[in-house]
Amino acid sequence: MKGGSKRPNMEKSHQLHFLEYRTLFFIFLLLLMFTGITVGVSYIDLGRLNVWVSLLIASIKGSLVLLFFMHMKYEGRTLILSFLGTIFFLFIMISFTFWDVSFR
Amino acid sequence: MKIQYKGIRSWLLTMDHKRIAILYLFSILFWFLLAVLIGGLLRFELMFRGQTILSAELYNSAFTLHGVIMIFLFIIPGIPAIFGNFFLPIQIGTDDVYFPRLNLLSWYLYMAGGGIAIVSLFSSGFPDTGWTFYVPFSISTKTNVSTAVFAAFVLGMASMLTGLNFITTIHRMRHKDMGWMQIPLFTWSLYATSWVQLLATPVISITLLLVIIERYFNVGLFDPAKGGDPILYQHLFWMYSHPAVYIMILPGMGVISEIIPVFARKSIFGYKAIVASSMAIAIAGSLVWAHHMYTSGMSDTAIFVFSLLTFVVAIPSAIKVFSWVSTLYKGSIQMTPPLFLALCFIYLFSVGGLTGLVLGAVGPDIHVHDTHFVVSHFHFTMFGGTGFAFFAALHYWWPKMFGRMYDFKKAYIGAILLTGGFMFHYVPMFILGLQGLPRRYFDYLPQYETGNFYAGFGAAFMIVGIFLMVINLLSSLKKEKDASSDPWGGTTLEWQTPSPPPLHNFITEPEILAYPYDFSGVVERYSKDDKGE
Amino acid sequence: MHSQPDESGKKLGMWLFLYTEIILFGGLFVLYAVYFSTYAHDFKEAGKELNRLLGLLNTVILLFSSFAVAAAVTAIQKKEKKTALAGLAAAILCGLIFLVNKYFEWGHKIEGGIYPNSEKLVSGPHGQNMFFGLYYVITGLHGIHIIIGMTLLIVSLIFVQRGKITFERFALLENSGLYWHLVDLIWIFIFPLFYLII
Repeated sequence: MKGGSKRPNMEKSHQLHFLEYRTLFFIFLLLLMFTGITVGVSYIDLGRLNVWVSLLIASIKGSLVLLFFMHMKYEGRTLILSFLGTIFFLFIMISFTFWDVSFR
Repeated sequence: MKIQYKGIRSWLLTMDHKRIAILYLFSILFWFLLAVLIGGLLRFELMFRGQTILSAELYNSAFTLHGVIMIFLFIIPGIPAIFGNFFLPIQIGTDDVYFPRLNLLSWYLYMAGGGIAIVSLFSSGFPDTGWTFYVPFSISTKTNVSTAVFAAFVLGMASMLTGLNFITTIHRMRHKDMGWMQIPLFTWSLYATSWVQLLATPVISITLLLVIIERYFNVGLFDPAKGGDPILYQHLFWMYSHPAVYIMILPGMGVISEIIPVFARKSIFGYKAIVASSMAIAIAGSLVWAHHMYTSGMSDTAIFVFSLLTFVVAIPSAIKVFSWVSTLYKGSIQMTPPLFLALCFIYLFSVGGLTGLVLGAVGPDIHVHDTHFVVSHFHFTMFGGTGFAFFAALHYWWPKMFGRMYDFKKAYIGAILLTGGFMFHYVPMFILGLQGLPRRYFDYLPQYETGNFYAGFGAAFMIVGIFLMVINLLSSLKKEKDASSDPWGGTTLEWQTPSPPPLHNFITEPEILAYPYDFSGVVERYSKDDKGE
Repeated sequence: MHSQPDESGKKLGMWLFLYTEIILFGGLFVLYAVYFSTYAHDFKEAGKELNRLLGLLNTVILLFSSFAVAAAVTAIQKKEKKTALAGLAAAILCGLIFLVNKYFEWGHKIEGGIYPNSEKLVSGPHGQNMFFGLYYVITGLHGIHIIIGMTLLIVSLIFVQRGKITFERFALLENSGLYWHLVDLIWIFIFPLFYLII
């Protein structure tokens, strides 16, 4: 490669960034706690709400994995926005199908 | 540093984006010409009533093959894999894509996909389902759907990895002086395309996998007798395949946005609007998939919502067309084969887009759904649009890619034959469709004979035009290298490097313009040349 | 090609790849959502037939393996090679146990006459057929991802051992880790949707 000019621009270059073992273990314990909660809640009959509650808890657990295990909390704008974009597209895929399914 | 091999290995093991682009160019051209000939056979069969040259079974396989090749092996990879690979790194002033090895892998996946498609041809028959592989027929037919579907799956992976590579390249490898609003429009269009490739392709991957699973394990996910819902297959299929038409057209629009300002010697009208409309098309295009399903038994609410959203997508496309036309206004227009093809693109694509609105509105769609009208509409957008943009790009960048200028006269004749044949071919199909001739039928009633005859006639002209253009380009390769670094007077970075570009793309550090379409330098240079003579 | 390794670009590439994986499973979750809304009652009945203790066990195993991989990524940056190796080995072992559990779970179901296109399912309520159809397809695809993830972790383990992954250059380890976390993430959603429906 000629010259040093083709360096990445604008975006931050890679920096060492790690979480202490203690923090990671704490997150793991939190995840176990939420797993317990979701199992517990499943025994209470909330009717249609059950699935929404368990999805909410799963989303919290997923966010913990994303933010800490996957370091999303410390990433730049590009990654965060594109990840949200992907989730948005997933949301569209599921919800727009229901324009059809719920009104047949 | 790049490792340099000699002989055939210098091609098969190359990690140079330019060589990979040329590998793609010749493999894609092969598939394209093959599918053109198959399409010609189909039209010849339909010119006369009854069986002419193909049996009914062969006819079904032939239109499936034509569709599968054209969609998965030509239009989707066409412009991004050839011209994107070649010019995206150069346009942003860098020496390669971010993942060169992945780039080569994409090409091998592409070749493997094509190879698997060929295998399915010779083992218990190519599918007769049409390229849409709709259930339940695709699950019950005896032809070799599994292999063909797997070929499409592999090709999807190649397309996805190309998209991944381009996004990373644009984010991480841009020249340090180039901001987002200094990126050329072709690269911008590839950026938007790459996101669609990345996020939509996995949906088709899983859908095609489900077809294979259903064929082997009979789970019944789409089988009403077992509790499944066949319409859900169509939802999943179009969740990818509608965004896919924007994978096909967006790079084509990018090519036109490059060509028009160069030959009008005038800055592109509405640079930011074109950038925004590319991104808007990518997003809005993902919200409209079910407009392919008005007659499939979907709920009326869904039909209403998806029809409304479909009309929204027309807005960004129109912004682009108006911007191109406004760029030409009061420009100093220099006619060349690429500009000629670009102008044909604008006309044909507009017809394709406007007839799309006929189909997007529910009332008329119920009338013309699954008729020749639809076939004609999507050929106007995909062939009149992307296909013409592909040829325009080929004529625009050929001197840069190979360092040789081609013969203008033959190029014009080829382009005129193609355009004239195109109109003769597809306009009768609009009328046939309105009269009620369904698509994919092997035979028809006597009243449709005239239209089909004219269409077949036009097809012959088209095929001659296409081959003339391709042969003209290829025969230029026999000449000495004669193209200067900037034969057209372009402003983007690829015109700052020799033709063909050296291994590391630039000999001297490229000079990034504050605005990528600033023609004042070009105009000055040309007026000096005029005075000098 | 890149005179200096630009690690953050490799990570971006990996994330983009993970998006495709999310959408790949997303297609199946579309089917799940539709069939759940159509056959809510059958899904609840069918969900009771799954062994939730085994499901819970597998969840804890995967969560722990994710923690182990995250710890390995921290360890390599702290230049603690042994801890990194231990973390990776633990995660690989967890993946293996997960698969063994899955094997017995599937085997038990198949013995009980519950498998795609089985007599019992086809003649039974439609919703249950959909539930178990999706169960096999989704957990099957997830299982394949576990195998791919384990392969990546094994490669990382070997590279750490041989000193090819160091505190200066650990993109491969980080990316394998990201992949593993994603597999865990998907399981976090699979678990309640299949095992905890009452």
